[in-house]
Amino acid sequence: MSFLGSSGGRDSWGEIVSSVMSDHHAEGFSLERREPMQRPPSMKGSPVWIDKVFSCLAHGAAILTLLLLFAIIGSLVIGAWPAIAEYGLSFLWHSEWDPVQNKFGGLVMIYGTVITSVIALVIAVPVSFGIALFLTELSPGWLRRPLGIAIELLAAVPSIVYGMWGLLVFSPVLVKYVQLPLQGLLGDVPYLRVLVAGSPVGIGILSAGIILAIMIIPFIASVMRDVFEVTPPMLKESAYALGSTTWEVVSKVVLPFTKTGVVGGIMLGLGRAIGETMAVTFVIGNFNQLNSLSLFEAANSITSALANEFAEADPGLHQASLMYLGLVLFLITFIVLAMSKLMLNRLRKNEGGKS
Amino acid sequence: MSLSAAAELQMSRIAMHKRRKATNAVALMACVCAMAFGLFWLGWILIETIHLGVGGLNLAVFTEMTPPPMAETGGLLNAIAGSLVMVALATLLGTPIGVLAGIYLVEYGQKTWLGELTRFINDILLSAPSIVVGLFIYAAVVAPSKHFSAYAGILALSLIVIPVVIRTTENMLSLIPGALREAAYALGTPKWKVILSITLKSARAGVITGILLAVARISGETAPLLFTALSNQFWSSSLSEPTASLPVTIFKFALSPYENWQKLAWAGVFIITFGVLMLNIAARFLFGNKNKY
Repeated sequence: MSFLGSSGGRDSWGEIVSSVMSDHHAEGFSLERREPMQRPPSMKGSPVWIDKVFSCLAHGAAILTLLLLFAIIGSLVIGAWPAIAEYGLSFLWHSEWDPVQNKFGGLVMIYGTVITSVIALVIAVPVSFGIALFLTELSPGWLRRPLGIAIELLAAVPSIVYGMWGLLVFSPVLVKYVQLPLQGLLGDVPYLRVLVAGSPVGIGILSAGIILAIMIIPFIASVMRDVFEVTPPMLKESAYALGSTTWEVVSKVVLPFTKTGVVGGIMLGLGRAIGETMAVTFVIGNFNQLNSLSLFEAANSITSALANEFAEADPGLHQASLMYLGLVLFLITFIVLAMSKLMLNRLRKNEGGKS
Repeated sequence: MSLSAAAELQMSRIAMHKRRKATNAVALMACVCAMAFGLFWLGWILIETIHLGVGGLNLAVFTEMTPPPMAETGGLLNAIAGSLVMVALATLLGTPIGVLAGIYLVEYGQKTWLGELTRFINDILLSAPSIVVGLFIYAAVVAPSKHFSAYAGILALSLIVIPVVIRTTENMLSLIPGALREAAYALGTPKWKVILSITLKSARAGVITGILLAVARISGETAPLLFTALSNQFWSSSLSEPTASLPVTIFKFALSPYENWQKLAWAGVFIITFGVLMLNIAARFLFGNKNKY
């Protein structure tokens, strides 16, 4: 606005007004902060205390949200304390999980969570990239919104639906068309053989990974789409004017410009995958083992151990160990999501500085 | 010599041009395939849900209690009712807090450290694993009171509502032009009135969208209810008893070997999927029409 004011040849008063106005717009809603606005005493209306009460309520709600985080961490630490005191950090690399003998170690579940999330990312990242690219660069305008909504609906389907569909519909198909052919193909190849071993029941690490991938695609794709859209059109058009193909514009202009945002989106997907519960509980098999490297072997993850065992666990070391697992889960997702958020914020700041 | 060099250059140019074109075509084809891949899963899940779910649907699903294994009849009445009650109360409990905190973020704490921190933490809570919320409520409510109850389930669900509502309220309020607020202040309107009857009112459609999305989200949540509301085969007469909910009942029935339970689970999946998808689509259209700012 100040740009308009100065170039439009207005008088000085106009410039002052417009620069004051543009100040307001630049700072958001700054009028209320300078507020010299004590209402004239003659005015009748609501008493001043309502304003104070309302302000307190709004502050209180925000502080409550903050406290929520500390309350969650605090209660998990207190709940897990017997296990923390008993095992310390060695809980993280011991794989024994034996409620009968009261011996607990979280390695099996942590491994299951990590490996399924990695498989999910390996599948979901390229697909989400393609979807985001399709939606921003390729799709005809009238298809953009319906297709965008369709992909977002994938995120809206409740996770228990994914779980039941995965167990009863998807797993048998995976066995028939993927596992058995692969076993036939790689059955005699040393090293690779162990990857596809296992009885053809369809539940296990790979099916959990694939279903997680489907579930996180919409999250990664929507962040990528949003960050692709913030690339200044000027940059893209310059590249097109030099004769670049669409792919060259995307890979050499859009992607370098948005890379922090893209990584932030991937981290968001990772955070979601790590914390996903019901779908994994259905298809991972809930079997504590680390002996087999096979992708088709049943395993266990932090979330599925919690979902299956917690309600029936004895309120002693068993429950505390599960709480400990929950604490580990929360801390991992917290770190991953915080990094994601910081990266997305950095992109937004850069963008603000450049425009 | 120079002629052949020029010809060679020309040839290599054409070759390079072809290569670039080919790379582009392959990459764009891959994008189309990625899109098709995403839509394929959505289609498959929806088709199977309809195919298997409609078969299990009948009047008894909505009028009878959850049956014991192997029974001839039975429905999901108590689970549906339990879900409706818990979702409604959790929304009522979580929405005011979420809206107020969203108001704080835009109208009071736009650039304060408390505002920045709350926004940051809220975005993390938005994606935090819901089973951890269940653990928290178990430790904070169920363990001290020593029994599972609908109250605990409601609390757990409301903790999931809050971040969703904060996020959308904040987004919608910050779309309201500052001039609108300034005009109201200039007339001497007190701040609470500006917020309630100018900004919040203008952002109404967006805020309602957020609430609908939050309802959709908690209707399908299973993990936070597993060890808070637990489940119940019968009608729960009070909120301090364990209460059945649709998702937890589906979980229990789907993993069982009994045919009648599995059939009911598919019927439940059908109800929940289409309920949630309808809510989502309704929310989008509501906001799509009113999105003037």
